[in-house]
Amino acid sequence: MKVRVNGKSIDLPDDILTIEQLLSHFHLENKLAIVEKNKEIIDRKTYKTRTINEGDQIEIVHFVGGG
Amino acid sequence: MLTIANKTFHSRLLLGTGKFSDFNVQKQAVIESGTEILTFAVRRMNIFDADQPNFLELIDTDQYTLLPNTAGAANAEEAVRIARLAKASGLCDMIKVEVIGDQETLLPDPLETYRACETLLSEGFVVLPYISDDVVLAKRLEDLGVHAVMPGASPIGSGLGLLNPIHLQYIIDKADIPVIVDAGIGSPADAAAAMSLGADGVLLNSAVSGAKDPVKMAKAMKLAVEAGRLGYEAGRIEKKLSAVPSSPVEGMSVVD
Repeated sequence: MKVRVNGKSIDLPDDILTIEQLLSHFHLENKLAIVEKNKEIIDRKTYKTRTINEGDQIEIVHFVGGG
Repeated sequence: MLTIANKTFHSRLLLGTGKFSDFNVQKQAVIESGTEILTFAVRRMNIFDADQPNFLELIDTDQYTLLPNTAGAANAEEAVRIARLAKASGLCDMIKVEVIGDQETLLPDPLETYRACETLLSEGFVVLPYISDDVVLAKRLEDLGVHAVMPGASPIGSGLGLLNPIHLQYIIDKADIPVIVDAGIGSPADAAAAMSLGADGVLLNSAVSGAKDPVKMAKAMKLAVEAGRLGYEAGRIEKKLSAVPSSPVEGMSVVD
């Protein structure tokens, strides 16, 4: 399945179906990651159930140092 | 005590977390500063480098109030989006609204800032806008319902200190919400001067992160903010154009 993650086109393995699996795929499951799918901010509590579909635009953001 | 919305803080120093060269130094600086409020920015993760360290992982987030900013936003819509992303972390409901209107001076866009604040207030955020030292704008934002205003002392990262203390004074005198002097602080003297004017707090970053010894500077800023506040509360003497002796004028015959 082809999706865009943080502006990059990515071909995901077929067994990646949810936001939670996507984060695990990139080894980000223990990171404080905030996910936006097609401009919709996804509630952290629903990462397990929210699915990813072909062509989705996904943004994974986090807190960095700033003033 | 500094009260913002329903939260009370002992420290009146808010510390930014950008541009530190070393996380251990940064952690020590945060401790020495005595701050209870740390600012952060929201950015894309590097998804191909899961091992990249993150300062948030090194501190006990229960001990600090996180104040994410909307830096990077050039209009109200972008600021609102960043604020919502920050809130979705589940770690904070406070937001520093920062909408830059000019890339050279990094001065804030007052109209977009106002619009962003309006939306974020309606969504229940605790809203702290970064603004220029404009008392009219500060009062308009206060009327809108923001929880504090954060006028700049001078351009972000410039270290120029208080360029227009009179304008800051106008805001401090007129505002009924906390006034936190944000941006441009270069030295402990600047921080003390801002607090001496009656500011409720100071937010700084580069002055500590860019210092030769950030840990020592963090402590200096803590003391400066405390000294400035104490001085303000104590009430300074009036300035006079003539001298007034400190020693008694009676019993002068002893030196005749």
